[in-house]
Amino acid sequence: MARARARTGRALIWLVVIGAVFAALNWASIANGGGWSPRLALDLEGGTQVILTPQLQEGQQVTDEQLDQAVQIIRDRVDASGVSESEITTQGGQNIVVAIPGEVDDATMDRLQSSARMEFRPVLTVAAALTPEEIAANQAAQEATPPVDDPAAPEPADASDLAWITPTLQASYDTFDCAVLQDPERGEQPLDEPLVTCSEDGTARYILGPVEVEGSDISDASAGQATTSTGAPTGEFEVRLQFDSAGSDAFEEVTNRITSLESPRNQFGVVLDGAVIIAPASNAVITNGEASITGGFSQETASSLADQLKFGSLPIGFEVQSEETIAATLGESQLQAGIIAGLIGLLLVIVYSVFQYRALALVTIASLAIAGGLTYLVITWLSSAEDYRLSLAGVTGLIIAIGTIADSFIVYFERVRDELRDGRAITSAVEAGWKRAFRTILASDAINFLAAIVLYLVAVGNVRGFAFTLGITTIIDLIVVALFTHPMLQLLTRTRFFSSGHPMSGLDPNALGAVYRGRAKFRDPVAAGRGATSSREAQRRQSIAERKASASTEQER
Amino acid sequence: MASLTQFGNRLYTGESSFPFIPRRRTWFLVALGIVAICILGPILRGGFEFGIEFRGGSEFRVTGVEQVDEQVAADAVTSVLGAQQVPNVAQIGQDGLRVQTEQLSDSDTVEIRDALASALGVESNEITSSFVGPSWGQDITRQALTGLIVFIVLVAIVMALYFRTWKMSVAALSSLAFDLIVTAGIYGIVGFEVTPAAVIGFLTILGYSLYDTVVVFDKVREQTAPGTSGTYADNINLAVNQTLVRSINTSVIAILPTASILFIGSFLLGAGTLRDISLALLIGTLVGTWSTLFVAAPVYAQLRMGEDIAEARAKRPSERGAVV
Repeated sequence: MARARARTGRALIWLVVIGAVFAALNWASIANGGGWSPRLALDLEGGTQVILTPQLQEGQQVTDEQLDQAVQIIRDRVDASGVSESEITTQGGQNIVVAIPGEVDDATMDRLQSSARMEFRPVLTVAAALTPEEIAANQAAQEATPPVDDPAAPEPADASDLAWITPTLQASYDTFDCAVLQDPERGEQPLDEPLVTCSEDGTARYILGPVEVEGSDISDASAGQATTSTGAPTGEFEVRLQFDSAGSDAFEEVTNRITSLESPRNQFGVVLDGAVIIAPASNAVITNGEASITGGFSQETASSLADQLKFGSLPIGFEVQSEETIAATLGESQLQAGIIAGLIGLLLVIVYSVFQYRALALVTIASLAIAGGLTYLVITWLSSAEDYRLSLAGVTGLIIAIGTIADSFIVYFERVRDELRDGRAITSAVEAGWKRAFRTILASDAINFLAAIVLYLVAVGNVRGFAFTLGITTIIDLIVVALFTHPMLQLLTRTRFFSSGHPMSGLDPNALGAVYRGRAKFRDPVAAGRGATSSREAQRRQSIAERKASASTEQER
Repeated sequence: MASLTQFGNRLYTGESSFPFIPRRRTWFLVALGIVAICILGPILRGGFEFGIEFRGGSEFRVTGVEQVDEQVAADAVTSVLGAQQVPNVAQIGQDGLRVQTEQLSDSDTVEIRDALASALGVESNEITSSFVGPSWGQDITRQALTGLIVFIVLVAIVMALYFRTWKMSVAALSSLAFDLIVTAGIYGIVGFEVTPAAVIGFLTILGYSLYDTVVVFDKVREQTAPGTSGTYADNINLAVNQTLVRSINTSVIAILPTASILFIGSFLLGAGTLRDISLALLIGTLVGTWSTLFVAAPVYAQLRMGEDIAEARAKRPSERGAVV
């Protein structure tokens, strides 16, 4: 008995701890712009609508496939930053309209529009960026003696061959202005030719060989802290890349070739959207298809780039045409109506369970209140941690989910009643009923949780938000039923009111038609003085097994 | 309500019982009839009505509105298209409105443009119209379907392992299929627009339906465990009857909030997210409870025809001790 009491106490303490942890998480998140109420989604709160328009060369057209692909990639990128249920549509057959709840910061904007085309090219030569005066001087010199290519020059043997640098290419390198990279009209550069470009910060100029490994060969990318060979963090952020088999082979071949070359031809230029983000020297042959890039990333830029690389590059470049606030499509009235309707519904649930379970309904109501409170805390915390947003569909889903949480209690109470019907005393009926009910609850919740996980991992958009909500409520269901409902019932059955099977307790063995088997702890059914039940006295004195047996023999006949 | 408790007592002992299993041929016929109606009904009606979130549509942008009022714009559109076509209206920036409708003919576009202009007090040329693509595109549908299929395969395996028989998996999935067909069918027959909210409601049902079936099957598993006496048909029927009070209570409790949201959603607010999701849920909950009792359990009994529990025990003696 003492041990049981200690276990009950521990369960309740755990519940308090869980509640306190989420309250504390919420409290801590206020510093980062969190709060005590959940954030609302696009339909209820409005947000920002960004219209992206494709950057097209003269006479170029966007195909439907390109647009669909771009929408999909942009959606993946937006989803990767949280479960905010953004809305992405096309407009007029060429624009992409992205609606995001709340304000849109620069990092998100960059995430949306940068095409994220990554290429790996060997470095042929490198020099400091030119000043405008130097460019002017070189231009004048070139006009005096125009560069002439030698038609008999040998074909370059591989991508690192200096034969790629023809006099014409050298001339354009000598007059290359790094500011050109900022020009959105620059467009795509051919992959199989050498490239004259600058570093992203505009301080170095490069001539790079043709593309050896493409961004599409990247199978996965992630961001994290760079570490030294001993595993200590360097404080710098890196983007880790995993290549597919074609990419791994190409990567191995390149590193094999350039590692032994003299500087700067032993360097490898990592080119993102036309600019070199980093050009590390290769000091070993990489055979496992893994690479990491460091290059002055912050945590945000590293994870943003990793997401962009993971989901692939946009088939066409986009630029922002307009960025405007968009108001909620559903008014405050819809949300209020939803909440009022939900409250009325829950009130009806309470009334019904009082009818059904009498005093036990108090346990149901308290459990539901705790489930509701926990859900609120978790959702509010996830609002700031995961950018989880509540849409009207989400609110409705939550109200209904809390209603179905009540089912665990029903399963439990009915099992306890079954045990009472079998003639157990109340305390042991609660324990035995719990053992069986918990197994059922665990199995059915496991199925719901499986649904939540699969849909969360596979689906996109609204469905993902739904899966998230389902997962949360399923876990809360388990927590509440195991750490509150059951311990509460254990405590209550120690009171006289319940242990004596008071008619209003909802656990009255007489009303449940329990069998008096002499050693049971409750009063004789006759003494209960219920006229209706006493007439069946004789029949009740049969054991339940006897009755089942006689019932089945009757059926067989 | 004490009578439900008394009823529960009689069901528990088997003193009174509802013939879920003995009359299963009748229930199968009923189920097949319902399924046939739910497949033929929408086809005869001409398929589902998908919302503009799925099909794309027309969009009007009004700028320079002095008094931005979404309701005025919505009324202007319904005056042209009729009350069934509720547009999506949203305020853009300080003085702009975005109105989305289903895809319109050229003449309707002109009419709506004029109606909006006069209702909002702006010049017709301040209103631009364009075509918008679906916000719930093919990719979302494809991913959701992939998720669904993966889930169903996994759930079949998990249930087969948990209940230690593939027959329960098959029975549970057949009742799930019944739920989904019937819910979708009723949606199609009533002709409500299929919106993303309805799809979310649909997915919720999927969870609820399986949940309900697992709860009942867990009792069936107990009553048909090796070591129990009687036949599969009798014991399954007893198990289902023993959980009948639970099934009734659970569905009442799940239905109360749903019905209240549906009532308030559709009578006070008209068409919208609340109505869409709660309708799908209400139908789904009712159908889900029905199918556990009248489809899943009878199908399982049918699959067990000709087997008896004693034989199962003889085949798998090792399991005897494990069953509670």
